[in-house]
Amino acid sequence: MPTVAVDKADLWERLGQEFTTEEFDVLCFEYGLELDEDTTEEVEEAKKKGLPAERPQLKIEVPANRYDLLCIEGIARNLRTFLDKAKAPTYKLVYPPGGENDLLTVTIDAETQKIRPLFACAILRNITFTPRSYASFIDLQDKLHQNICRRRQLVAIGTHDLDTLQGPFRYEARPPKDIKFAPLNKDTEYTAEELMTVYESDKQLSKYLHIVRDSPVYPIIYDAKDRVLSMPPIINSNHSKITLDTKNVFIDVTATDKTKLDIVVNIVATMFSEYCAEPFTIEPVKIISHTGETTFTPDISPRKTVAHTSYINNCTGLSLTTDEVVPLLKKMTLEASVATDDSTKDSINVIIPCTRPDIFHECDIMEDAAIAYGFNNLPHTFPATTTVGQPSAISKLSDIIRIEWALAGWVEVLPLTLCSLEENFDYLNHTDKKWTSTAVRIANPKTLEFQVVRTTLLPGLLKTVRENRSHALPVKIFETGDIVVQDRSLERQARNIRHAGAVWCNKTAGFEVIHGVLDRAMKMLEVPRIRSDDYDKDTGYYLKETEDPAYFPGRAATIYYRPPPTKQTRLSELKHKLEATLHTNARRDIELGTLGVLHPSVLEKFDIGYPCSAVEFSLEPFKKEMQKIWTNDV
Amino acid sequence: MAERLQQLVLDTLDAQSTIKDTRQLFLPGASAPAVSNDDQIVILGALNSLLSRDMIKYDTHEVFTHALTPEGALIVKEGSHEARVWNALPVKGQGAPVPAAALKKLVGDETAKVGQGRAFKNGWIGKEGDGLVRTAETIQDTTQLELQEIESTGSLKSGEKILADLRKRKLIVQKKGQWFTVHKGHEFTTSTAKPETDLTTEMLTSGKWKTSKFKKYNFEAEGIPTSGGALHMLLKVREEIRNIFLEMGFAEMPTQSYVESGFWCFDALFVPQQHPARDLQDTFYISDPPHSLPPEKAYYERVSKVHEHGDFGSTGYRAPWVPEESSKLLLRTHTTASSAHMLYKLAAKCRGEKVEGDESEFTHGGKSTTEHGKTDDGFTPAKLFSIDRVFRNETMDATHLAEFHQVEGVVADRNLTLADLIGFMRVFFKKMGIEKVRFKPAYNPYTEPSLEIFAFHLMLNKWVEVGNSGMFRPEMLEPMGFPKDVRVHGWGLSLERPTMIRYGINNIRTLVGHKVPIDQVENSPAVMF
Repeated sequence: MPTVAVDKADLWERLGQEFTTEEFDVLCFEYGLELDEDTTEEVEEAKKKGLPAERPQLKIEVPANRYDLLCIEGIARNLRTFLDKAKAPTYKLVYPPGGENDLLTVTIDAETQKIRPLFACAILRNITFTPRSYASFIDLQDKLHQNICRRRQLVAIGTHDLDTLQGPFRYEARPPKDIKFAPLNKDTEYTAEELMTVYESDKQLSKYLHIVRDSPVYPIIYDAKDRVLSMPPIINSNHSKITLDTKNVFIDVTATDKTKLDIVVNIVATMFSEYCAEPFTIEPVKIISHTGETTFTPDISPRKTVAHTSYINNCTGLSLTTDEVVPLLKKMTLEASVATDDSTKDSINVIIPCTRPDIFHECDIMEDAAIAYGFNNLPHTFPATTTVGQPSAISKLSDIIRIEWALAGWVEVLPLTLCSLEENFDYLNHTDKKWTSTAVRIANPKTLEFQVVRTTLLPGLLKTVRENRSHALPVKIFETGDIVVQDRSLERQARNIRHAGAVWCNKTAGFEVIHGVLDRAMKMLEVPRIRSDDYDKDTGYYLKETEDPAYFPGRAATIYYRPPPTKQTRLSELKHKLEATLHTNARRDIELGTLGVLHPSVLEKFDIGYPCSAVEFSLEPFKKEMQKIWTNDV
Repeated sequence: MAERLQQLVLDTLDAQSTIKDTRQLFLPGASAPAVSNDDQIVILGALNSLLSRDMIKYDTHEVFTHALTPEGALIVKEGSHEARVWNALPVKGQGAPVPAAALKKLVGDETAKVGQGRAFKNGWIGKEGDGLVRTAETIQDTTQLELQEIESTGSLKSGEKILADLRKRKLIVQKKGQWFTVHKGHEFTTSTAKPETDLTTEMLTSGKWKTSKFKKYNFEAEGIPTSGGALHMLLKVREEIRNIFLEMGFAEMPTQSYVESGFWCFDALFVPQQHPARDLQDTFYISDPPHSLPPEKAYYERVSKVHEHGDFGSTGYRAPWVPEESSKLLLRTHTTASSAHMLYKLAAKCRGEKVEGDESEFTHGGKSTTEHGKTDDGFTPAKLFSIDRVFRNETMDATHLAEFHQVEGVVADRNLTLADLIGFMRVFFKKMGIEKVRFKPAYNPYTEPSLEIFAFHLMLNKWVEVGNSGMFRPEMLEPMGFPKDVRVHGWGLSLERPTMIRYGINNIRTLVGHKVPIDQVENSPAVMF
């Protein structure tokens, strides 16, 4: 959420009322703003010490979709309306004395379509700036650039002293070597190519260079005498820069998307039209597109729509009449009136000013009505929805293992899911493609700690052992959590698998201890222990020696699980008997996981000085289908 | 030994009524008084045992004693360096003088160096040609004798000056010692028959418990620690919150999908494609595999249309739609991605489609609220929840982790109201022990209205944000196929925050991740909101 610093005394003057910090905090809260800070005390302190002090400020956090609240002008206007102190202003387009023919014209060159196709502008006539309103004007542009403009990528704003320029203007795009002008606050002329180098070291501007740098042509705006206004989205020219004394302001806006173009030009123009000789008036500009089409900008016409009292009541839980809803909407700067063509008196004609592009749907109007009514004044009802609670199958299963292992004397830990490639593979000697190809890799981590989503619980468990070297031996820890593997058959191309894992660390490796932990889990899940050659057993688990470089040779095993046969019919019974005789039922057996004594090279990489044993296996095959209770299907 | 010593103390007391100085006692079997510090430690053991039975009382006196350093101990055994040098040399005239280099080989470097000087000073040895010979016929190794005395008594009769010299030579060190004055206690008797400490099977069978005297139990002492395991504190809080949901009739959603597409994590929720949350700065994108398979085509088209051109009574964002953004894979930034998927499944029957397999996991208990006489549009109300991991591309610090747990609740029913949401939130947070809450209008791309929930924090004496809530936007629900009168409440909070408050943890890295101290897990109390 953007934070706007406003001059406290100015705001009180604009609101025609002084508030205590607490009172203003409550007002902000009700409206949906957040008072972050009141610098009054700080300023008083500084004054007492005889230090230079600024005027007291209020730092206000505003919702990210309310561009009309990004400056003191907008905040004051909206709060004044909210407090019923004034009506929302109506913004007007005013033509020059000669009418449409006297309008300033901007021609758009076809080349611009290759880099920054959309252009809009507006003129503010006979404006009077004060140092504070001037600063606010600059600050609003910056706030817009950082928010809706997405750091000038989508939209960029330029403002100019119109009296230094001569119309008509041209919006073009040229190769950077063919552009030459003196940029803002510089006396020397540079080509656009040179500017790219000059601004490389500029803390602010360097952030925007990438937007055009590699384009064969750069956007550029000229006046009738070939003087540059600006090179969007990078920099304005020094020639046309606005000052405190500027009387007539030309605003140019370039963009890659029409909606945001209109929003930005409208916000800048409407907010500062307040300071025009005739407040809230804007002079439009004629635009001739590259196809020769003529349009006029800005388009500040409000959007007309219809809202319904029944919908507002139905969504909020209130029982207001239309006559009660109308003033609520007015408080929110929406021009509302009871629709005369609706005999049920349910419809409200709503005129949405161009400053409220955050309203998409009737639900946004409903929310405004609710805010004006006061969220905290709404009745406290309770939804009548009747349902039956139920845990998910996987949580229930995980909890069984967690509790049984904790009862057995093991301590639950909670390592992170993300880790480095090294930890997940190299440290476990799992450098073979068989392991490394399965992992989901992160494209843009800020640190090397988060390169990959773990495919095993071991790195987290071993790091926990490492960090707890001061704990008395033995260390007995476990975790149940998800690992993630690629699965190209799924929409998301990856699959979580719930694993259970435990590590034993002591002066001796204790394979049989970790084996016992597995046996305990299986016993609690009622999975019988069988031998690998027990072909006549329907279900069970068994160990088979395996080679896994994470484990000590000869001290590693794969855990196999033979799931019970699905349905017991006479036929399937026969089939199972046949399978057992032919020893083919072992084909159903699932590789559940592994256990073993960790290889000394693994311990060394994790910086653990004591032998460790580990077990890790999947819980997924034991997931039980939840009961279908009370469903409507029955 | 212990029993004999206790008997000795008691007998002595019986005879003398006090033992003024325990250093004058002769330990059983000893021929000298128990002056050494080790002896006094043995005596202390006996005294404490008698004290616990109130048979005696004692006062402690501190005293400095001396103990040998390893070098001093060697001298006691083998003689002083100078004596060893003297021993190694021939009597003058009775053998070849030993040159200095050869002496080093005979007695070692250190001894030769130190011993030569002192032996010369004592007049024990002299030079003859290039070598050394004995000049004294007999010697008395005073250093050895002094050290032997210190070893057995902890002190030296000849006084502090020599002790200081021996300390300087690093042959002895000073040690704090104790000795005691012993008096009779309330329960004084000369019988050391020990009272029983515990009731045994043998006593039960023999009936001896009737006559036995039992030792007084020390109720100040701690019990023996149990040897069980422990559950992690964050998951204990998760359990408590899960129970709140289950008590309120919520079904747990399957959320085992850390990897999501831009479509499910953002687009389906009506989060605009240009929203800052989708920045590389904030979200972990996946490089391998990079793109999802396409979602169901008709639904995808409804979603992209409502974004780009508007639909269902909404103007939409009217911004260019980039299919590439939609198929990008990422680590989910919120569990609402999973909720969206579940809601899409919940609406399957409304779309006239067959319900997919695991829909059965979450719609249990929903009673259709379709009125009699109205056609069933397939909607089933649902109350769903999840508590699972989410990911943000952040650098870790004391309050931020790149992964944390989100608590999320969803209620879907016909004609739900904002008042219902607020009323429900009050009950939910009351169950979490939070009585005083208020609601601030907020912005969230997928809910309208959106409310931030603030609770009054008694310790901080101010309102703090505890969660977010809202009603899902029609632009999210209607493309899924829900009828217009179906409204869905959603709310979320982090699991880490209430846990940190519950346990007074300031650094999140000591709560989640490998830096969590195991002792902390073992000793964290249970959670009851």
